[in-house]
Amino acid sequence: MQTKRTIFKNRGLPYLLLFPQLAVTLVFFIWPAAQAVRQSFLREDAFGLKTSFVGLANYRQLFNTPEYLNSLHVTLVFSVSTAALALVTSLLLALSLDRMIRSARIYTALLVWPYAVAPAIAGVLWWFIFNPTIGVLPYVLAALGYDWNHALDKSDAMVLVVVAAAWKQISYNFLFFVAGLQSIPASMREAAAIDGAGPVKRFFTITLPLLSPTTFFLLVVNVVYTMFDTFAVIDATTEGGPAQATMILVYKVYRDGFIGLNLGSSAAQSVVLMGIVIALTIVQFRFVERRVTY
Amino acid sequence: MLPQRQPDLCLVFMKLKGNCHTGVTRALHERDIEIQGDLMFRTLSFSMLAFAASFGAAQAQTEIQWWHAMGGELGAKLEEIVAGYNASQSDYKVVPTYKGNYAETMTAAIAAFRAGEQPDIVQVFEVGTGTMMAAEGAIYPVYQLMADMKEPFDPKGFLPAVVGYYTDTDGNMLSMPFNSSTPILYYNKDVFAKAGLDPETAPKTWGDVEAFSAKIMETGAAKCGFTTGWISWVQLENLSAWHNQPIGTLENGFGGLETELTVNGPVQAKHWENLAKWQKNGVFQYGGPGGGADSAPKFYAQECAMYMNSSASRAGVMANAKDFSVGFGMLPYYEDVQGAPQNSIIGGATLWVLQGKPAEDYKGVADFFSYLSSPEVQADWHQFSGYLPITAAAYELGKSQGYYEQNPGSDIAIKQVTLNAPTPNSKGLRFGNYVQIRAIIDEEFQRLLSGEVDAQGALDSLVKRGNELIREFEAANG
Repeated sequence: MQTKRTIFKNRGLPYLLLFPQLAVTLVFFIWPAAQAVRQSFLREDAFGLKTSFVGLANYRQLFNTPEYLNSLHVTLVFSVSTAALALVTSLLLALSLDRMIRSARIYTALLVWPYAVAPAIAGVLWWFIFNPTIGVLPYVLAALGYDWNHALDKSDAMVLVVVAAAWKQISYNFLFFVAGLQSIPASMREAAAIDGAGPVKRFFTITLPLLSPTTFFLLVVNVVYTMFDTFAVIDATTEGGPAQATMILVYKVYRDGFIGLNLGSSAAQSVVLMGIVIALTIVQFRFVERRVTY
Repeated sequence: MLPQRQPDLCLVFMKLKGNCHTGVTRALHERDIEIQGDLMFRTLSFSMLAFAASFGAAQAQTEIQWWHAMGGELGAKLEEIVAGYNASQSDYKVVPTYKGNYAETMTAAIAAFRAGEQPDIVQVFEVGTGTMMAAEGAIYPVYQLMADMKEPFDPKGFLPAVVGYYTDTDGNMLSMPFNSSTPILYYNKDVFAKAGLDPETAPKTWGDVEAFSAKIMETGAAKCGFTTGWISWVQLENLSAWHNQPIGTLENGFGGLETELTVNGPVQAKHWENLAKWQKNGVFQYGGPGGGADSAPKFYAQECAMYMNSSASRAGVMANAKDFSVGFGMLPYYEDVQGAPQNSIIGGATLWVLQGKPAEDYKGVADFFSYLSSPEVQADWHQFSGYLPITAAAYELGKSQGYYEQNPGSDIAIKQVTLNAPTPNSKGLRFGNYVQIRAIIDEEFQRLLSGEVDAQGALDSLVKRGNELIREFEAANG
C-alpha cells in the first residue's frame, strides 16, 4: 500500500500543512476531553473555590446510583429503537423510490427536507404535535380510545423521543441508501428475476448484501447520532422525563453538569460516555465489518 | 419564580391559541445545544462591546454589569428601572444584560467567575441560594457591602418573610431581594356561578376545594376542579410551611450543611395521596414538571376552575382571562392540622454581588441598591409585575395610592406571606444542590401519578435521594 506516497522535499512542509487540522483537533477535541478526564477525578464546588482530589470516587458513585444505571438502560433502548426505526424506514423509502422513474427526483428533494430542520426546531414541532393539552395527535388518539400523556406515561415519552429522533435522521439515511441502491447493477437483479427469484428473495439475497457497506456505515453514524446529537430533541420535548424515563446519557451529563453544577460527576459521566462510543465504534469496525461485503 | 420571560413568539402564539406556553418559549429560546460555545460567544462579544464602549463613553462613569433573567415584559420593565437610575445620577452606569432563564443566568455567572470575567451583580433564583451562600470567597454579602461603602441601609425596613429567606443564621442579609413572589389561588368566578357556588367565596380548605370541584364537575361547569404550577414549590415546600411542618432538619437547612430533608411527614404524605386520588377522578389535572407549563392553559381555557401559582402570574392571568372574571384566594389548608394556616414562603430571585471587582464598582452597586429598594421604585415594580413589595414602605405607598382597592386581590400575596410571624418551619429553606432536588421532587411526583409508588413511598424515596445530594454538597463545600 505504499504506492501513492508523496515525497516532500522540505521536511517541515507536511507538518505545516497538517498544522491547522491538528490545531483544531487539539483545541476543540483533545483539550476538552483531557479536561473532562482531569475533572472526573476531582470534587469541586460550583465556583471552583475548593477542589480536592477524590480518585475514582465519582466513578464509583455513578455505578452505585440507580439513576445512572437507569440512564444506561434508557440509552440502550433509545439508541437501538431509534437506529432501527431510522434505518428500516429510510431503506423502505429508498426501495420504493428506486422503482420510480420520472418522479424520483421530486421525492428525493422532499424526503431530504427534514434534514435541513434544526434539531431544536424539530423537537418543538414534535412537542406541539404530541402535547397532551393542545396537541393534534393526543386529540386524534383520544378519539381512538387511547389516552396519550407523555408527561406521565414512560412508554409514551419514549415513543415520542424515538419517533422525533428517528424522523430527523431518516433523510440522511435515505440519501445514502438511494446512492447505494443505484450502485447495484441492474443486471444482477434482472438475472435473478429470470432465474425465477421473487422480489422478496431478490431483496434478501442480492440487494441487502450488496447494500451492506452502506448499511454498516449508516449503523455507525446512527449510533453516534443517537448518543450525542439527540440532545436537542430530548431537551425540546421531554427534558429527560417523566421520572427520568428518557434521560439518555448525554442529557444527564448536561443536567448534572450545567443545571446541577455537579462538575465532578458530570465529567465522569462524559468520560464513560466517550468510552462507550469509542468501544462501540471499535467493535463495529473490527467485528461487524468482517461480515460486510464490499 | 415565575414568568422568567414572555418573548415575542409567545405573544404570537397567544394570538393563535389564546394562551401562551412557557414550555414553547423555553424550547425555542432558552436552550441551546452549544451551551458552552454560546456562552463563550456571548462573553466574547460582550467584552468586545465593553471594550468599544470604554473608548466612546465618558471616562468618569463607572460601569456596573448586571446579569439578569428577566425576559419579555419583565425585562423591559427592568431596563426602564435601570434607565431611571442612570438618568438620576452621572457617576455610575448600570448595564443590564439578559442571560437566559434563571438556571442559565446562574451557570453563566459561575462560569464567568471561574474565568475571572464575572459581572458585579447577578440575579439568582431562590433555589440557588444554598449554592451562592456556601461560596464564601465568591460573593460579597450585601450587609457587608453596604457597611463598607457607608451606604445607609436598614434591613428592618424589608418584609421579614422576604428577607428571612436570604439572611444567615446571625441575621445578616446576604443578598438584595428584588423579585419575590408567593403562590396564591386563582379561580374562575363565572364557572363558580354556573356551578351554583358563590362566586365571591374562594375555597379556604382542601375540603372546600374537593367539595367545590365535585359540584363544578357534576354540574358540568368545567371539566376539572383545579390545576397547579410548580408541584415542588407550591404543593410540597409551601404546603409544608403553610401547615407549619418542617421541610428539613436544622431549621429547614438554615442551620448548616448537615441538614436532612424531612418532607416525608404525615401531612405531606396525606396531601400527595389526595393529589394522586384527585388526579384519578379528574378533580386535579397535572400541569407538568418544573413550572408546570401546561397548567396555565388549562385555567385560561376554562378547563379547570381553580389554579394555584405564583402571585407574579397575575399579569398573565389577567391578560389571558378574557372571557371570564378571576377571583383570588389564599392557598387552601387542611383544617385538622394544628397551626395551619401558618404563612407561605416566597420564591423568586435576589441580587448577589460577586467578589473580585474594583472598589469603585462596589460603591456604585451600593448606590444602585439604595435606589432599587426605594419605595417608589419598589411599588412600581410590584404593581407592574405582581411580585411582592419587598419593603414595608413600598407596601404603605401602594396603600396610600389606593392601588389595592382598585385592584382587588392584589394584596392577597402580602397578607398570606405575613399572616403569622415565620417559624423555623416557615421562613424558607436552604439546601445545597437544591436545583437538582427540585427535579427529584418532580420525578417522584410523576412516579406517584403513574401509580408506580404510593405517596409515602414517593416521599421516602425523594428524601433519600435528596439527602444524598445534600451530603455531596456538604462534602464539596464543607
